[in-house]
Formats: sequence, structure tokens, C-alpha cells
Amino acid sequence: MIKHAKSKALYDTFERKGTGQKVSHYCPGCGHGTVHNLIAEALVDLGITDRTVFMSPVGCSVFAYYYFDVGNFQCAHGRAPAVATGVRRVLENAVVISYQGDGDLAGIGTAEILHAANRGENITVFFVNNAIYGMTGGQMAPTTLVGQKTLTTPAGRSLTRDGGPIGMAEVMNALKTPVYIERVSLGTPQGVMKTRKAVKRGLSYQVEKRGFSFVEILSPCPINWKMDPGSSRKWITEHLEPVFPVQKFRDVQSGTAAPEVPKQPKVLKGKALLKMLQGESAITELTESAMKEDQFVKIAGFGGQGVLSAGMFLAKGAIAEGLNASWLPSYGPEMRGGKAYASVILSRKQIGSPVVEKPNVLLAMNLPSLLAFEEDVQPGGVILVNSSIIDRKVTRDDVTALYVPASDIAKSGGLIAASNMVMLTVYLAYTGTLQVETIKKMIPQNVKRKEHVEKNLAIVDASIAYLKEQGLLKT
Amino acid sequence: MNYAKIDPNLCKGCRVCINSCPKHCILLGDSINEIGYQYAQFVPGSPCTACGICFYVCPEFGAVTVFKDEEDANG
Ligand SMILES: Cc1ncc(C[n+]2csc(CCOP(=O)(O)OP(=O)(O)O)c2C)c(N)n1
Ligand code: SF4
Ligand code: SF4
Ligand code: SF4
Repeated sequence: MIKHAKSKALYDTFERKGTGQKVSHYCPGCGHGTVHNLIAEALVDLGITDRTVFMSPVGCSVFAYYYFDVGNFQCAHGRAPAVATGVRRVLENAVVISYQGDGDLAGIGTAEILHAANRGENITVFFVNNAIYGMTGGQMAPTTLVGQKTLTTPAGRSLTRDGGPIGMAEVMNALKTPVYIERVSLGTPQGVMKTRKAVKRGLSYQVEKRGFSFVEILSPCPINWKMDPGSSRKWITEHLEPVFPVQKFRDVQSGTAAPEVPKQPKVLKGKALLKMLQGESAITELTESAMKEDQFVKIAGFGGQGVLSAGMFLAKGAIAEGLNASWLPSYGPEMRGGKAYASVILSRKQIGSPVVEKPNVLLAMNLPSLLAFEEDVQPGGVILVNSSIIDRKVTRDDVTALYVPASDIAKSGGLIAASNMVMLTVYLAYTGTLQVETIKKMIPQNVKRKEHVEKNLAIVDASIAYLKEQGLLKT
Repeated sequence: MNYAKIDPNLCKGCRVCINSCPKHCILLGDSINEIGYQYAQFVPGSPCTACGICFYVCPEFGAVTVFKDEEDANG
């Protein structure tokens, strides 16, 4: 009978470099793999694999998402507790893990961990302390021991020059909110078995919605310590443990008064979200969207053409009509003249990623945009060309091309900056995705300069008139 | 019979299981595996108790599987 085997919370194969890989990227004897195995076992034992969201940090464990068959985020350096907080606040039933190294958690991410702990977020933090920056080749970390030689402290860390090693478990223990704080060690097999228990406890407290748990794990980095894996474990026991005492700092047992877990705000959607963003008067009457299929829209042009705001307008309009929408801006550092793209997704279903790789709608405001994105458009998609300033035709015959003199229409309306509104109106009216009425209702709330409101409204009408003139509008 | 089975091609030869087994059931073999490491091997007939320590200390994924009361003990 199999008594101990690889956890089902880990993928069978890891698709990191090529397919079908079964070995990790970790160095021989690295502690990360052991901690991964222990977490994976606990996930299965607690039956929470399917609702776990795992924050990978920056550091050697950056690739944890290749191993854990759970929800995954790869967070910016040190920011895992902040991302975890975000996930915690929107996914009530998720089990949220923040997995971090010492450079990540105790160095660049000190603010994030401190405040997440201080808020008592109901998350579990696994802090893998190997007293060095592993990934970048062995520089001094906040937890490096005094006298410890690293790449950046070749003569050893100096207390007066570099400060001393930070005991993060002790720092956590200075806060009122955490419910569970323990430091464990991979130095000995007994230590590994204790770590196993601590990992499980840290997770089960979260499942019981008790609050913030912090498990610090003293872990070997044989490569950067320049030791063989066996000696590195001895070194943990002999050198790390005296400075970082292995101990349970806090365990608010069930039954005793746990600090109150912060109330999770309700997730806002649809009309409620719009009201929060824009106030009560945002949309007077909501219509039901007539959108035929999910819209993957790319709006592209140069900065100053209102590309990003057109995208935002579109997303808000969709929300007003009860759809889900995402808006992802992309622009260069310059305010005017640089490239600007907005990716907008409209759907009746939840939207996973806001990235639009294969748009079914392209609003090309200038020539470089048409050249850049024409090939990406899905067959059967729609390409709107701002023919006032683009004299090239769409070369594909498996898409619908509409040539709209958007800049000219806007100019005739006395507001050249409103060419984005022309493109948007034509797109929406032609495809029937949103009601033109919705757009018109939104203009007074969204156009900042009051004297531009009337002009925008007139330009919307002129755009519809143009469509009719061209015989492109049925009604 | 209890035994630990070590997948030759998933082991990186770190010896942590070897150093940790209370019954000294595991040794480092001489052969080199597909990923370039000398790998650990369970010594057939060793007095394994299926305690799982080798499994828990191993940093690799699925390198060690521990069997309890199995007929086939060839590791
Ligand atoms: C913003 C930013 N600054 C610096 C780096 C470079 N960097 C990558 S990993 C790392 C340190 C990782 O050390 P640790 O958190 O201890 O993890 P380990 O690799 O030891 O597991 C640093 C400084 C980065 N990727 N991003
Ligand atoms: S450098 Fe250190 S922490 Fe990174 S994988 Fe290698 S042993 Fe592990
Ligand atoms: S299960 Fe225990 S006794 Fe058996 S080989 Fe592994 S460590 Fe040794
Ligand atoms: S601990 Fe794992 S990787 Fe290391 S020698 Fe044993 S089986 Fe191989």
C-alpha cells in the first residue's frame, strides 16, 4: 500500500521549459522543494486544493505556479501580501497563500507584510528564510547573520555597517492581530516533521476564518552558502537557530478570543459598481444590452486621440447595460504623440484576463495602429479605419472593413478631439453592441468640460447620420 | 515488507534522505541518471518502517514514494 506519495496538488508534469518535465528547477538540496511538498500535502489533507490561490514571490520560488495545481499569481517583488489581500477581499471562499523568501518579505516587501499582518488579513504566509538572496546569486539579505559571508559582504555582515538580522516572527509578534506565529526549521528530520504540522495549522486557521497566520521556515540554500546539502542542514541548526529561535510565538487557540477578523466588504458589480464609481446619477435608466457575442476590442492610435478614454467610455457603457467589462490601457511614457492602445473586453460571463490578443473589433485611429493590429483581428471581425488620416485600405478579405472619416466628422462638429467618439458611435451602432442612447446619457457625466457636452452629443448624431448615409444602418 | 521507492530520474542526489533515514535504508548509487546526478537507492531488504521521513525531507517532487506492507520490496 502506498503510504507517502507525491501530492495531487502538484501538477503531474511541469510545463516550464518544454513539456512533460517532472523535475523542479531548484538546486539539489534546496529547502523550497521540501516546503512545496509540505504545502501540497496539507492542501489535499484539508481538501482545499480547488479553492486555493497561491502567490508566488520574486526569488527562487518565482516559478511555484508551474508546480501547484491551484489558482496562481506571480507577484511583483515583495508585494505578495498586498496581492493576497486583494484576492482575499474579492474571493470570500478562497484559501490565500503568500509564499515569500527573506529578500522578498523582509527586504523590499517590509511594508506589505507588516500592514497585511496588522490588518489581520485572513491569509497564510509561508516565509522561507534562507538568510540570503538565493535567486540573484547570494547577496546579503535582511536576515543574513552577523559575520556571514555573502557576495555583498565578502568579509562578513557587519552589525555597525549593515544592521543585524531581522527576526520577522518577532516583528509579527509585536502586532496584536496575527492569530498564529511560529518559526520552524528544516535543519533536522524532526524539524521537517514539525514544519509539516505548522504548515497545516497555518492553513487550517485560515479555513476556520480565524485570521492572519505566519509560518517562518529556516531553510537551506546550499548553493549560495557554498555547502553541500548535508552540511547546510547542520548549519541551520548550529548557526541560524541560535539567532532565529525555533518557537511558537503565538497560537490563539480556538475557543479563546481571536482578534476580530476584518469584515470583508461585499463585491460590487454592475450597477452598484457604476454608482460607486460615478455617483447616483451616473445612468438614469439602464437598458439591457443587445450585444450578440463577446467583444474583444482593441482601440489604437496616438496619445491625444482619446484612445484610452474611448476604451473607458466603452467599458462604462457596457457596465451600464449590465455587461461585464474590462479595460486595459497601454501607453508610452509621453503624454502626447506616443502610441496608445486600450484593450476592452465586454462579456456576459466573468472576464478572466483583460488581455486582448485576438480582437474581433479593431478601432484603428491612425496608420501605425492599422499596420500593427490588422493581422491580429479574428476572421469575421470588424475593422474601423479612421479614413480622415489613414489612406491605406484593409488588405484582408475575411473581415468587415468600415472606413469612417472620424477626424473630419469631429472637426465639422467643432471638436476635433472627439474623433474617438465618432469611432465609438459608429462601432456600437453598426454592431448593435450598446444602445446609442446609453452613450448619449453618459456624455454629460463623462465629458469634463461642460461646453463640450453639446458638441459631443451633436457629433454622436452626426456619426449616426453618416452611417445612415452610407446605408450601413438598417433603421 | 515496507520500502521506499526512489525514482532514479527524479532524484538529484542531495543525500538528505540518506542522512535522515533512522534505519539507514538508503545509499547513494554509482550510476548517473538522465539529469546528470548520482541517485539515491533503497537497499533491498533494509529494515524500513515506512516512517516517511525520507519522503518528507526530500526536496524533489515525487522522487520518493513510501510503501507499507507490500509484497514486492525491490525498491
Ligand atoms: C523590484 C525588483 N528588485 C530586485 C529584483 C532582483 N531580485 C530578484 S530575486 C531577489 C532576491 C530574492 O531573495 P529571497 O526573497 O530571499 O528569495 P530566494 O531566492 O532566496 O528564495 C532580488 C533582489 C527584482 N526582481 N525586482
Ligand atoms: S539558489 Fe538557493 S534558494 Fe535558490 S534554488 Fe538554489 S538552493 Fe534554492
Ligand atoms: S520510510 Fe523511514 S525507514 Fe523507510 S526508508 Fe524512508 S526514512 Fe528510512
Ligand atoms: S532526498 Fe530526494 S533528491 Fe535527495 S537524494 Fe534523496 S531522493 Fe534524491
